[in-house]
Amino acid sequence: MNRLIVNKIIIALSVFSALFGIGVLFWILGTLTIKGIVSINWHIFTHDLVEKGIRNLIIGQFIMGILASFIAIPVGVAAGIYLREYNTNKFGEILRNLSDVMMSAPSIVVGIFVYGLLVDPIGHYNGFAGAIALAIMMLPIVISTTDSMLSLVPKELREAGIALGGSKHKIILQIVLRAAKVGITTGILLAFARIIGETAPLLFTSANNQYLTFDLTHQFPSLTVSIYNLANYPDEASINLAWAASFILTIVVLIINLLGRYITRNKG
Amino acid sequence: MNMMEIKNFSFTYAKASKPSLKNINLPIKKNQITALIGPSGCGKSTLLRSLNRIHDLYPGNKYEGEILLYNPQTNEYENILELKKENEFINLRQRVGMIFQKPTPFPMSIFDNVAYGLRLNGIKNKSELETRVEEALKGAALWNEVKDRLKASAMGLSGGQQQRLCIARAVALKPEILLFDEPTSALDPISTGAIEQLVAELKKDVTIAIVTHNMQQASRLSDYTAFMYMGELIEYNKTEKIFLNPDEKLTEDYITGRFG
Amino acid sequence: MSGKLFKNFSFFSATISLILLIAIFTTLYYYASDAINTFGFWDFITGTQWEAGEDDEGGIFGGAIPIVGSLLTTAIAMIIALPLALGIAIFLTEIAHEKLIKPVSIAIELLAAIPSIIYGMWGLFYLAPLVQKYFGGAGIGLFSAGVVLAIMIIPFIASITKDAMNTTPNVLKESAYAMGATKFEVIKDVVIPYAKTGIIGSIILALGRALGETMAVAFLLGSVMKFPKNLFDTTTSIPVILANTFSEAEDLELSALFYLALILFALSFIIISLAKFYFLRNKEER
Ligand SMILES: Nc1ncnc2c1ncn2[C@@H]1O[C@H](COP(=O)(O)OP(=O)(O)OP(=O)(O)O)[C@@H](O)[C@H]1O
Ligand SMILES: [Mg+2]
Repeated sequence: MNRLIVNKIIIALSVFSALFGIGVLFWILGTLTIKGIVSINWHIFTHDLVEKGIRNLIIGQFIMGILASFIAIPVGVAAGIYLREYNTNKFGEILRNLSDVMMSAPSIVVGIFVYGLLVDPIGHYNGFAGAIALAIMMLPIVISTTDSMLSLVPKELREAGIALGGSKHKIILQIVLRAAKVGITTGILLAFARIIGETAPLLFTSANNQYLTFDLTHQFPSLTVSIYNLANYPDEASINLAWAASFILTIVVLIINLLGRYITRNKG
Repeated sequence: MNMMEIKNFSFTYAKASKPSLKNINLPIKKNQITALIGPSGCGKSTLLRSLNRIHDLYPGNKYEGEILLYNPQTNEYENILELKKENEFINLRQRVGMIFQKPTPFPMSIFDNVAYGLRLNGIKNKSELETRVEEALKGAALWNEVKDRLKASAMGLSGGQQQRLCIARAVALKPEILLFDEPTSALDPISTGAIEQLVAELKKDVTIAIVTHNMQQASRLSDYTAFMYMGELIEYNKTEKIFLNPDEKLTEDYITGRFG
Repeated sequence: MSGKLFKNFSFFSATISLILLIAIFTTLYYYASDAINTFGFWDFITGTQWEAGEDDEGGIFGGAIPIVGSLLTTAIAMIIALPLALGIAIFLTEIAHEKLIKPVSIAIELLAAIPSIIYGMWGLFYLAPLVQKYFGGAGIGLFSAGVVLAIMIIPFIASITKDAMNTTPNVLKESAYAMGATKFEVIKDVVIPYAKTGIIGSIILALGRALGETMAVAFLLGSVMKFPKNLFDTTTSIPVILANTFSEAEDLELSALFYLALILFALSFIIISLAKFYFLRNKEER
């Protein structure tokens, strides 16, 4: 019977697709692990890029990521609250959609935009611009998670608060937000994992720095931009350092990701 | 004559510790309407869904006993619990149609809905499709209402019309048996009346088994009634007998509305 | 914090996306205006020359090559990604055993979480040599870039498509099975039509992403200003030319690069808005 054969073929193809996806994941992680572990040694964690180490890169990446979070989280959560709790009209609906659009904005364009805004006028690359670019990448993700996590909080909870005579913003901050805490935390962790691995927004904002620095008004070191630069060098040592950096970066990103999922599973 | 014979049939869901159906013995008589009644959770749907083995879409369920289906071609009964191959299931499901509680029009036109099963069977000839679709829609008393908009989406029909469309879709395959699982419980009284009338007319061509919570519907519509309780068949008989003079106290309590 | 202050702060925060959008468009336009005034729109997008003038004065800059390169890489990526992503979504919704759904979903989501620079590294050092071995050429080029881009958007399409397909009511599928349909027929005739808008939306969204993705292809496309002669030839694209020449460019060339960034942003804005406003709207209500 012809139909049955078609059916079998399609099922087989679909299973193949899934195997392909998993295969590629393990292929990438596998090569990354092999290349990374060979290149990792104590030296790279205790030295900066100028001495073929990645200490300053890790620190720089985290500083910009954390700074970006400090900007994006309060603004993003507040925006999510507005969209879900206050907005009732069409304008809010448009804002929600625009925020979704921003989520898919090309990261290189965000980098170039911040270059035009904060690098060109100042006259030189700076870490602060890098953090702002990352914050712009992070914001829409935080807005959208907050918005959708708040939508899962049952109406009755708000009504109960109102029945007790609470004012609207107190109910939101003390009851609704608390009920959605786990989901929002997970969303923020995933958003952090996303921006900590970004390269394109940093290329023309923080650029890179060979040395350890905490001065955000000048060029700032990062793992991702360094990987991009090192991979283009012809010498083996630079490429190995790029692999080491890639391995560390991926491990950190995936661990934060899995941590986020673990939190939702256990407390959600 | 019996179109189906259910013998010592037990059924256990994959994740369940106890069987949901225990040792059921029940005939389904040819060109008659058999009603399955009983309180919620007693196993009516489970039994009905065993008759076309739709349970097998989900792995791990356990069948015991026999369900015999009469084959007019060979004049013999075959045990549908022994089916294993995919084409045997397809064949069974085309012989034993099913109508669900909520109307389930497919996201396509009215015509394509009714032609769906025919096309699966490889009928491609346009004029043959058209005659068969018209025939089925007339059989489901829907033709006059939709003949001018056969190309329109089936989603645009009213609930009652959608349900009759689903019946037409099943009837188009000329099944030997039609299974109805509470076909009117999601409909208004007028649509319910139309469906009941339709089911009554259908029985001259097909054998019917219908699950219902509506006692009046069961007594109006059916020739035979089976009363089930907690996974067991308590009583089976002619409908008048069940409703007027049941043998079992439990049956009487149920149909008089003392529980359920 | 008082109620009024809180409400105002959150309102301001909510408008940030709108403010950012306007700011991005105006900033890009401001820096691009030199190039816009010099070349206009049509001449710029059809121009195939990219040459700085003497002493960095003037020069001729046309965006045709990177624009075509962007469209080609995106198209190749979509052609590869679509069937595989659909296959994964079908596997997860209709085929996989319960116990497999979770681990496979997590694997696919982890694939989406890997930073794009890592895809670039992997593509440059593992995929490109393979492509060179089996297809000849330089290894890097349209095809390698398309494959890496495809791998990046597969999880994205698969997960949205899967969610859309999961909204198909069970009874609807059961009633198709009850008519003797095979699994493939149920998927083709019931599940996919039912999830159609969600699936199309996810495809368009992925298209927008692929168009703007930079780091995964920056190493892999070759970054040379010429039209590709075949599937395995090198070329450039808007994100790639931005990533590789922006930091050295000055004056009119810099302005032309801003112009390209503006075009890229406008293109992805249109594509993503189309997906969001038209196909994926009211995702909560459905
Ligand atoms: N998928 C399943 N897995 C495990 N147990 C199930 C499953 N579906 C139904 N059951 C159980 O089997 C028993 C019979 O259920 P069934 O749906 O057949 O009842 P019913 O008579 O049709 O009820 P109703 O009138 O409410 O439709 C119930 O106890 C139910 O909880
Ligand atoms: Mg039932």
